[in-house]
Amino acid sequence: MNDMSFWERIGHFFDDIGLIRIGSSYAGDIDFLIILVLVVVGVWFLAAELIFVYFIMRFRAKGDGRRADYIDGKNKRHKRWIFYPHLAVLVFDVLIVVVSFKVWNNVKMTLPDNPDAVIRVIGQQWAWTFQHPGVDGELDTADDIFTVDELHVENEKVYHFKLEATDVLHSFSVPVWRIKQDAIPGRSITGWFQPTVAGEFDVQCAEICGFGHGVMAARVMVETAEEHAAWVAANAPAVTAAATDANTPAPGS
Amino acid sequence: MVEPAVDLTHGHHHDDHADHGPKGWLKYVWSTDHKVIAMQYMFTGMFMALVGGFMAYVFRMQLAFPGIDVPGFGMVSPGEYNALVTNHGTIMIFWVAMPVLLAAFGNYLIPLMVGADDMVFPKVNRLSFQVFFVSTIVILASLVVEGGGFAGAWTAYPPLSADSTYNLTPLGSTLWVIGVGLEFVAFLLGGINFITTLMNSRAPGMRAFDVPIVVWMIVVASILFMLSVGPLLAGAIMLIFDQTIGTGFFNPATGGDPILWQHLFWFFGHPEVYVVLLPAMGVVIEIITTFARKKVFAYRTVIFTVVATGVLSFFVWAHHQFIAGIDPRMANIFTITTLLISVPIAELCFVYIATLYGGSITLNTPMLWALAFVAEFLIGGVTGIFLGAAGADIYFHDTYFVLAHFHYTFFPIAIIGTFAAVTYWFPKMFGKMMDDRLGKIHFWGTIIPFNLIFIPLFVLGMGGQHRRIYNYTHFPELALDWFQDMRVVATVSLLIMLAFQFVFFYNWYKTIRHGPKAPRNPWKANSLEWTTESPPPHGNWRPDEMPVVYRGPYEYSTTDREDDYWPQNEPSSRGSA
Repeated sequence: MNDMSFWERIGHFFDDIGLIRIGSSYAGDIDFLIILVLVVVGVWFLAAELIFVYFIMRFRAKGDGRRADYIDGKNKRHKRWIFYPHLAVLVFDVLIVVVSFKVWNNVKMTLPDNPDAVIRVIGQQWAWTFQHPGVDGELDTADDIFTVDELHVENEKVYHFKLEATDVLHSFSVPVWRIKQDAIPGRSITGWFQPTVAGEFDVQCAEICGFGHGVMAARVMVETAEEHAAWVAANAPAVTAAATDANTPAPGS
Repeated sequence: MVEPAVDLTHGHHHDDHADHGPKGWLKYVWSTDHKVIAMQYMFTGMFMALVGGFMAYVFRMQLAFPGIDVPGFGMVSPGEYNALVTNHGTIMIFWVAMPVLLAAFGNYLIPLMVGADDMVFPKVNRLSFQVFFVSTIVILASLVVEGGGFAGAWTAYPPLSADSTYNLTPLGSTLWVIGVGLEFVAFLLGGINFITTLMNSRAPGMRAFDVPIVVWMIVVASILFMLSVGPLLAGAIMLIFDQTIGTGFFNPATGGDPILWQHLFWFFGHPEVYVVLLPAMGVVIEIITTFARKKVFAYRTVIFTVVATGVLSFFVWAHHQFIAGIDPRMANIFTITTLLISVPIAELCFVYIATLYGGSITLNTPMLWALAFVAEFLIGGVTGIFLGAAGADIYFHDTYFVLAHFHYTFFPIAIIGTFAAVTYWFPKMFGKMMDDRLGKIHFWGTIIPFNLIFIPLFVLGMGGQHRRIYNYTHFPELALDWFQDMRVVATVSLLIMLAFQFVFFYNWYKTIRHGPKAPRNPWKANSLEWTTESPPPHGNWRPDEMPVVYRGPYEYSTTDREDDYWPQNEPSSRGSA
């Protein structure tokens, strides 16, 4: 933790105060963007509210017969009081846009080459099915491991996921990874993540999907290399036994 | 579900009109007077606000105390919970914010403020309310049919909304779409009147820039609504076909596309935010100028900024869909347009604050509501930046952060804006002066709990709590004790806020029964509605009193006059130095 740069330290703020863990390679970048926005708009917000409250106190009618000033805001001397602030808003918008682009492009628009593994995530009313590669490390082979509401991944490995839905919209959300992507029936959406903290975390469905939406909870188990290898070995179907199913399409594909 | 809500209705509003006997009562139903139609919209909207508020009470109780037998409702099943949040959102936006702010005050204020005896098309106006009334009955009926009310969120994303094997509410979901569609038709009819009345019925002498800002705002809002609602109305009909006759416009298995609905919905849905925001902002600037005794700071800048906001609002809709599976490159474009819209909105806030500078401010009830609108809406505005930045939206999308954000925009709009407008124009509408002390009790009893409801929800959203979950105990990370404590704080605050609303209704009742009679111009304001009797007669002015306009509506505290106001209809020769 101590080898983090100053900027990474800032990105870890929400983790440090115990609000939400940082569990993936890009979670800190997203948090950094959120904190940047928090600081920028926070300063604007406080300044506006303070001036606002000050004006209300300062210009209260006191019954002393003082009249209000007649200011129509038409001349340049007056207009600059709103002209320069609104240019400043624009400048800060540009700053936020630039950092947002950087984060968005990293998380959603680029796909790391040569992932360590590919998994498939399938949403249906009202459970998650996860398809993991078996001992051979390849998806869509006979020894794939299917689980319901339990995703097993190895820490520090780069994963691609293929997100599908069988009935209505769902949304694959793992808060500690800061990942969220809607699943759409009829499409397969590819994304990526790289867990950085071992442990057991919530998987949510973040798009209302009907009666059981509130119970569509799953868990992700981020395991060390040994743990994960042991889990795969214990759960992968023996290829000979599963050979008859080799060409069975995965649910939802 | 609607049964308990009926207990909450305050029938005494309607009793005022029931005294007239059948003939008078029928006359009331068929009236084409814009003021009567405005009241009809307002009372229907307020009744629906009680229905929507009751729903909020039920689901907040369930969230704070999961599994509780909610007094007045009973146990909340997951399906009922979904139906409650769906219809709370639908009703508060389409049957409260729109009828009260846009329709009621648009109807009441536009003819009075431009100096006309009525709308241009009074019968179209009446038809508008009648269609709206039918839509109200349809949406209420959808809650009690077999299977229960629609439960697929107010955004009604297909395939969930399109197929009853998925949503389990075959009747409720179809009635929901029909109700919303009829409501759109009603507002299309109303919008025609707003625009044409401003264009054609202004008093002699009233130029475009002599029109009060609230009228401009309501008319721009109507234009936005009429331009954006067409695609969604078409989408709604496609959705009804998908539900009832098995077409597949939004069904991927038959070549349709569920994302198409999202585009149609949000192409309307985002301008809709400004459709309800602008009338509220207009109401607020009228009140601020009156009670600060100040000319509005840069009138023309306000008008041009509002038009720019309206145009820009058509190019931001996909920020609701960043993670919905649209091309990720589109997210970058919509991040730019979304953050750009912060510029005109910030500029409007600056104008409002600048208008206070050098004023002579009286803090009575309407002014408190108007100032609270600015203070609270700022929170809603700045938290929107987090969500407009696509990178941050990956995390915040569909969390309570979004929910708290839009309640910090919609609550100031629909509730604070409405109370500001009602307390300010009450003397004109009903001819009586409201009790200012009770008004202030109601104000603080609403504003403080409001913040205590939604600030905890911001924190919960940042902690990863996602929306539309009836019970968080299924998610270990969201079942923390201190998370649950915050849910309890929000719910208890809601109960306090709801309780304080009775002060408002008592004040209303007391004022109508015992309140002092209102003079024509109790606030010493400039715009034309204050130049006629309170309440105005049929036709708004006596025939010999029809106003002629000599100046803009914000000539407060001019240097060369004894009075610190200068009514728009007062000839320059009289009273000037």
